[in-house]
Amino acid sequence: MTQTTPPRTLPDVATLMRQVLYALLPGTALLLYLYGFGLLSNLILACLCAWGLEALMLHLRQRPLPPFLSDYSVIVTGWLLAVSLPACSPWWLILISMVFAVVIGKHLYGGLGQNPFNPAMLGYAAVLISFPLEMTRWPDPARTGFDAAGLDALLAGVFGIGSLHWDSLSGATPLDQVRMALHGGKSLVDSGMPLFSWPRTLGWNLLNLAWLGGGLWLLWQRVISWHIPVALLGSLTLFSGLFWLLDPGHYASPLFHLLQGATMLGAFFIATDPVTASTTPLGKILYAGGIGAFVYIIRTWGGYPDAMAFAVLIMNMAVPLLDHYTQPRVYGHRHRWLP
Amino acid sequence: MTDRPSDDAIDTLPDDSNDSAAVKAPPPTDYRRIALDGLWRNNPGLVQLLGLCPLMAVTTSAINGLGLGLATLATLMLSNLLISLLRRFILAEIRIPVFVLVIASVVTAIELLMQAWFHGLYEVLGIFIPLIVTNCIIIGRAEAFAARHVPLAAWLDGLMMGLGFLLVLVVLGGLRELLAQGTLFSQAHLMFGEAAKGLSLSLGADFKGLLLAALPPGAFIGLGLLVAAKNRIDHLLAERRSQTAPVMAPASQA
Repeated sequence: MTQTTPPRTLPDVATLMRQVLYALLPGTALLLYLYGFGLLSNLILACLCAWGLEALMLHLRQRPLPPFLSDYSVIVTGWLLAVSLPACSPWWLILISMVFAVVIGKHLYGGLGQNPFNPAMLGYAAVLISFPLEMTRWPDPARTGFDAAGLDALLAGVFGIGSLHWDSLSGATPLDQVRMALHGGKSLVDSGMPLFSWPRTLGWNLLNLAWLGGGLWLLWQRVISWHIPVALLGSLTLFSGLFWLLDPGHYASPLFHLLQGATMLGAFFIATDPVTASTTPLGKILYAGGIGAFVYIIRTWGGYPDAMAFAVLIMNMAVPLLDHYTQPRVYGHRHRWLP
Repeated sequence: MTDRPSDDAIDTLPDDSNDSAAVKAPPPTDYRRIALDGLWRNNPGLVQLLGLCPLMAVTTSAINGLGLGLATLATLMLSNLLISLLRRFILAEIRIPVFVLVIASVVTAIELLMQAWFHGLYEVLGIFIPLIVTNCIIIGRAEAFAARHVPLAAWLDGLMMGLGFLLVLVVLGGLRELLAQGTLFSQAHLMFGEAAKGLSLSLGADFKGLLLAALPPGAFIGLGLLVAAKNRIDHLLAERRSQTAPVMAPASQA
């Protein structure tokens, strides 16, 4: 049998996932700088839970352990969840979200490559719905560094012990503030939001730029294609720009939407998950465009401040349909719809 | 999975709709099989997946599940019995409207009874009591079983299907209540009077409920896990049977 196509060495799953982890490093480093022990505990707990649950499920499903445990895919899931959950998350919160991500989101559907929903976002959405209080209290960056105060915050947040009360440490994120202002009928300027304060708002902006940097490196390495990030950010810019032009005092600017919350993390790392995203070029654009639109809709009119998880899960459901209707034309065959 | 009347029961059970055959040699109705079908093998909640709407909406607590389960059980027994009694008089062309009329009358009577005797539970279940009329299990059993079996068999089928449904409702309701609120049988007094308040269990005040379990997605996930557990048990039973079968076979031949 002769080889008709030029041999292209496809990188294996472990290489791909390792590259994704490298690309996550700048943002993670910034988060570590901002939240110190609080984020470190998230990372350690999430990766331990992810690994343990993966091993448990592989054992229960009688699959070989070593190839799956060393391909880093479950570590990427844990890592994405760790940087999405609020710093200093309680240990049980991380465990429950990882159970939803790895056990229900991944293995009950048949393991790596078979899951229709993004496991990390499924875990995130499950705990966001179940524990709204714990999921919306991000600690004040000034109170959680790599020092004694940070350690106190860690004990209070993660294990619920120590002298500190958790509520004294946490505050609203900028997205929360915008939502409160909008729902209260106030304009953005009246809400008293410090638009350029370190580390509250600027910290989030820098974080998004860090994810953007890692994402651009992934693009350059050809781990992901341009379709999904461009379409997602484009449609989010389009919708937010439209409403911002209509009433700048009431709706946040496109730049705010692009650089706040989980926009860049979602655009480059979450929506691009090769298993759950659409696989055809047109399908990718429609899929990511839909995510951008849903992010704007839920952020502006929905009940939750950020929307990446819900938007991704909603569009995950549309992926089989998108893939079915956007198959590229096979050379020599007519297009299905065109005469 | 769509709502479809299971024809499994028709295939496996002796059919006495054929009048001439029934008169000549009435096949013995396998009552043990009817019971097994309703409770386990053809369970309306876990296998037929019928009546999912009330199953999802009402099972936020074990007592709610028990209340609606009992109402459905009573409806099923009565409607199956009535339809089986009337089966010779119902024309095939208009059987569905007649079934619906019979079921609606039964449900109305049960609703009035609940309003009189279990008013607290009646208030909690609300619209889902009259909606039993639209529950696919009831018309499904009427069409697939009661209309072609003798009254006793039809009544037993109603009882067993109803018990099977009740079981799923109570287990799912209990699971969701335990996860979401950390309690079990929390509103038992609605059903059994003030004396039953001691029946309520609680995991303690500092239990942080998994709110997801009380929401509709929790119902779907919970039911999915119950179906998976049922299939797993069946699988294990089949495995055990296939292991013991070779040993049994020579004995039965000898």
